[in-house]
Amino acid sequence: MFSCKTTPEVGGMGHSVKRKEDARFLHGKGNYTDDVKLPGMLHMVIVRSPYAYAKILSINKEKALAIEGVLAVITGEDLAQYNLHWMPTLLSDSQMVLPTDTVMHQSQEVCAVIATDRYIAVDGAEAVDVQYEPMKALVDPFKALDEDAPLLRPDKEGQKDNHIYHWERGEREKTDAAIAAADVVVKERIHLPRIHVASIETCGVVASYDKDTEKMLIYLTSQAPHAIRTILALVAGHVGLSEEKIRIIAPDIGGGFGGKVPVYPGYVIAIAASFLIGKPVKWIEDRSENLVNGFARDYHMDCELAATKDGKIQAFKVSTLADHGYTDSSANPSKYPTGMFSICTGSYDYEHAFAELDAVYTNKAPGGVAYRCSFRVTEAVHAIERMVDKLAAEIGKDPAQLRFENFIKKEDFPYASPLGWSYDSGDYKATLEKAMEMVGYADYKKEQAEKRAQGKLMGIGICTFTEVVGAGPSKDFDILGIKMFDSAEIRVHPTGKVLARFGTKSQGQGHETTYAQILAEELGIPYSDIEIDEGDTDTAPYGLGTYASRSTPTAGAAAAIAARKLRDKGKKIAAHLLEVSEEDIEWEIGKYFVKGAPEKSKTIQDVAFAAYTNFPQGMEPGFEETHYYDPPNLTFPNGAYICVVEVEEETGAIDVKRFVAIDDCGNIINPMIVEGQVHGGLTQGIAPAMYEGIVYDDEGNVLNGTLMDYLVPTAVESPHWETGHTITPSPHHPLGAKGVAESPTVGAPPAIANAIIDALYPLGIKHLDIPITPDKVWDAIQVAKANA
Amino acid sequence: MGKHNVTMTINGESVSAEVDSRLLLVHFIRENLDMTGTHIGCDTSSCGACTILIDGKSVKSCTYLTVRADGANITTIEGIAADGTNHPLQKAFHDQHGLHCGFCTPGMIMRCIDMLETNPNPTEKEIRWGISGNLCRCTGYNNIVKSVQQAAEEMSKEKEASV
Amino acid sequence: MIPANFNYHKASSLQEAFALSAELGEEAKYMSGGHSLLPMMKLRFATPEHIIDISKIEGLSYIKEDGDFLKIGALTTQTELEHNAILKSKYPIFGDAVWLTADPSVRNFGTIGGNIAHGDAANDQPALMLALRATIIAEGADGKKTIPIDEFFHGFYMTALEPGDILTEIQIPKSKKNSGGAYHKVERKVGDYATAGVAVHIELDDDGVCQEIGIGLTNVSAVPMRLERGEEVLRGKKVTDELIEQVGVIAGEDAEPESDLRGSEAYKRSILNTITKRMLNKALERARQ
Repeated sequence: MFSCKTTPEVGGMGHSVKRKEDARFLHGKGNYTDDVKLPGMLHMVIVRSPYAYAKILSINKEKALAIEGVLAVITGEDLAQYNLHWMPTLLSDSQMVLPTDTVMHQSQEVCAVIATDRYIAVDGAEAVDVQYEPMKALVDPFKALDEDAPLLRPDKEGQKDNHIYHWERGEREKTDAAIAAADVVVKERIHLPRIHVASIETCGVVASYDKDTEKMLIYLTSQAPHAIRTILALVAGHVGLSEEKIRIIAPDIGGGFGGKVPVYPGYVIAIAASFLIGKPVKWIEDRSENLVNGFARDYHMDCELAATKDGKIQAFKVSTLADHGYTDSSANPSKYPTGMFSICTGSYDYEHAFAELDAVYTNKAPGGVAYRCSFRVTEAVHAIERMVDKLAAEIGKDPAQLRFENFIKKEDFPYASPLGWSYDSGDYKATLEKAMEMVGYADYKKEQAEKRAQGKLMGIGICTFTEVVGAGPSKDFDILGIKMFDSAEIRVHPTGKVLARFGTKSQGQGHETTYAQILAEELGIPYSDIEIDEGDTDTAPYGLGTYASRSTPTAGAAAAIAARKLRDKGKKIAAHLLEVSEEDIEWEIGKYFVKGAPEKSKTIQDVAFAAYTNFPQGMEPGFEETHYYDPPNLTFPNGAYICVVEVEEETGAIDVKRFVAIDDCGNIINPMIVEGQVHGGLTQGIAPAMYEGIVYDDEGNVLNGTLMDYLVPTAVESPHWETGHTITPSPHHPLGAKGVAESPTVGAPPAIANAIIDALYPLGIKHLDIPITPDKVWDAIQVAKANA
Repeated sequence: MGKHNVTMTINGESVSAEVDSRLLLVHFIRENLDMTGTHIGCDTSSCGACTILIDGKSVKSCTYLTVRADGANITTIEGIAADGTNHPLQKAFHDQHGLHCGFCTPGMIMRCIDMLETNPNPTEKEIRWGISGNLCRCTGYNNIVKSVQQAAEEMSKEKEASV
Repeated sequence: MIPANFNYHKASSLQEAFALSAELGEEAKYMSGGHSLLPMMKLRFATPEHIIDISKIEGLSYIKEDGDFLKIGALTTQTELEHNAILKSKYPIFGDAVWLTADPSVRNFGTIGGNIAHGDAANDQPALMLALRATIIAEGADGKKTIPIDEFFHGFYMTALEPGDILTEIQIPKSKKNSGGAYHKVERKVGDYATAGVAVHIELDDDGVCQEIGIGLTNVSAVPMRLERGEEVLRGKKVTDELIEQVGVIAGEDAEPESDLRGSEAYKRSILNTITKRMLNKALERARQ
């Protein structure tokens, strides 16, 4: 399936080489942020608000400071002296680092205790006496714009209510008209509830300020260290932290998934504390802190899908209410407050679409975090794929057939979507056909008919999604103004070995292997001779980091182009060594040879050595190259997922019997790693589909803020995933690759939801919001039976 | 409050220390002994990242007092194979791509050592139930199952060979 | 994540434990497996001043048939219950329950005594003890106490154990011919506490008439509860499908579940009905083998 151009020893694209980074992890020698120990290091523990909305009447530090080993208790008032008590968010809203008068969500940071020892710091935190005056919290986003709703953000100039912004895209009137004129219209309000990335390593920082050198060294669980460095310099420059004196090292990271992109208040407090005290300060989140701070999703989407009576889609309209918590701290490119949500028109060819969104403030943790979703693509795909299935059920058409009749055709790429995307490539028909074949769709349809006749509930759910990843071209994409290019710096040493550094930062995606494989492909140097390094802002070239499946599309491309520049230089050196003119030199992976006389050749290693020892007169010495890649477009992976479930009517219990995932991520660097990414994303897809959802009560209390009740799937809940591929390369990417790791989190929830709802179809149940749990199914069955 | 003298064997070496009653074993290992291969992922004994072996049995070291481990024989990830060699589970996780970020991996491997000791030939279902106390967010578990299957096979062969 | 400070005392014998308890008073708590108490201490929901570690007391970990009883020492771990040959062959209800309790690493150190003495209706063992008509043996400074299981659970986290007493042994009537037990709980994911759980133990005579029946429920009441009304339906009668249906209905009616994150009250009552019937059938199947 994967025809490789290089030998396994060289290990270029398409080879499932084993990972180079494994050894240290397997031996317990990884270097994660909590493993970092610096001499004199202090520990920080944060005191958090038990209330969702309250005035702070007083903070009494006395008892805490009396504990031996407690050095300081930092409050909002302390930070206000340096104007550090508020900070900008990535979407130009503002967020409290520490409050001076009001807390806005349960578990918000209230003050921080610094002590010589972690245990003492916890004692100190317990001893701080905070007096609150609780107020009635605004929890329901649908009430946020009521007349009598509290004004949550009086600090924002000109803010008169809890409305953050309105966004829209597409043609409202034409879409409304198309819907009004259509034979069939299906409607639904779909809520994707809050969930949390819950990477096994929580967030943390070790900040170490040296008063002599005035340098701030920060170990940080960060997926985007350069961007954070720049933001820190902009936010804290006025106290003396200038950018060349800030060094951020993102060491080994135990899972990111988007949760380690934002700047959390805890980071800023620790950095400020170190700056003031002149000693290293470590802050590592507890899991219970982690789960209630930051969130992803929380979109309430009113969807309307219009079609002819035969199921030809005519129009799609989505009106969304977005609950951002008390501030919009979404990690989205600045011109995209709703991320890539406008991909919600999906994999289908039709003319009219309109999407609008209103974002509101509530007394909940701020966000959202872009959790393995490429900026709201999970929400977008869930909306269209649920509605397509609803349409199929409404008109009595097979959902696969409905999709085939509406797919964008292979020959129609690049395809201009109704809401303005230019999809680069895809063969949706082939991808779905492969999924259907692999799962045995026809047999399951037969089996389903038989089971339905016996009164048994069996469902088949499909999701055919188009994703948009690889943010992004500079004309449209920036984070707080910084354009979203990425970079690769390649140094080929005299002995032909390579050290390459990147502006991205792996948190488990295997960059130390996959980037080496890209360079192996381009240069013919064995991947085992190539060292990859990321994450130290002092040494790595500037980049925007790893999230939104962007590393391969951006930094991978940069690597390819830098390598090609090196190859071009190498050609001149080879010509010099072989004493022919440049036009007579040809390249075969790893080797330059004379046209027509292949026995006259020089290896890339020969050329590397010569770049330092025997280069043509006038040529710049050395064999190193850097490239910053501004992607010309995003890339559009797609997939077809099919899920088969059985539901037990008596108890609502759901059994996932099969799940087949066919992904098309263009050309594949390492099939083993890609497959592993798909497995992981699928488990993070079944999680919100059937298990996870952050639950609030009427007072804004989080009811499931520990892993006992926030149900992260174990190996028992996670099915045995079956995966496969189709390959339609990206026409604009130097490697034809597209990015893959978020497709499964995008595609799995709708496939699973569609399967369960399909199982319940004979009972007249038309929709359920995720997470679809047995008790939710049971409740719905009782209601359906009562209504029947 | 009370300080206690404890002596235990860790990865074959005797270790003595004076510790507070409340010092959790995971912190003793990570901070006092500087062995950071054992990780902390939660605060409700749910995630298993801190799993080590006490007298050969897997335990969540975050839910164990150091003082209670007085006299115990402890194995951590750092001690399951001699320097420069790999335990069959370490080899298998590498061969089968059973790890991504590596954070859950030491706990997962320690748990699997106990599991394979009591059940040397587990079915897929038994493997999944056997690691149900160890959460992984990255791998989706498929390849962890394959890793355990490979290790089980190799370890059975080794046992047969040595009989 | 970090417990408040406390004093740690290790007891090497029951007598030493009682003496420490008497000396240290109410602020002292016993710790056996530690996997219920320590998590509460780490979240600072419990802040005892003293911990008396009884986990190392010798002679309290055993599983044996002795006379008319199956006797299990209180410090027997869940893993030991799981792998024990006697339990596997003659008391498979334990295997049912252990498999569904927490996870393997927690089971390595969690003890059966701790699971019962905690007085928590969310734990699995109390329902088994009620179904099996167990007798709890406790010991204190003032000697041994024999407590029938029906008198053991007093209230939420409250048991018949006097301050300073330690649960030392569980006695269960030895397995008879034509008897069988089964346990199942519905849970949201593996390792969770029960949404609802049912333990059934039944003894038939040679004509298939029910001689003895015990039904215990998990996590559907403040105190571990027996389904007494359900048992009455079957006791002394030949078990039929109609009677089993009735018992299911009674389970749904008599339990006191609350709506919470695990589901609505109505859902839990319905689950109880379903699981009670299933466990009755499974226990019967085992009884008839």
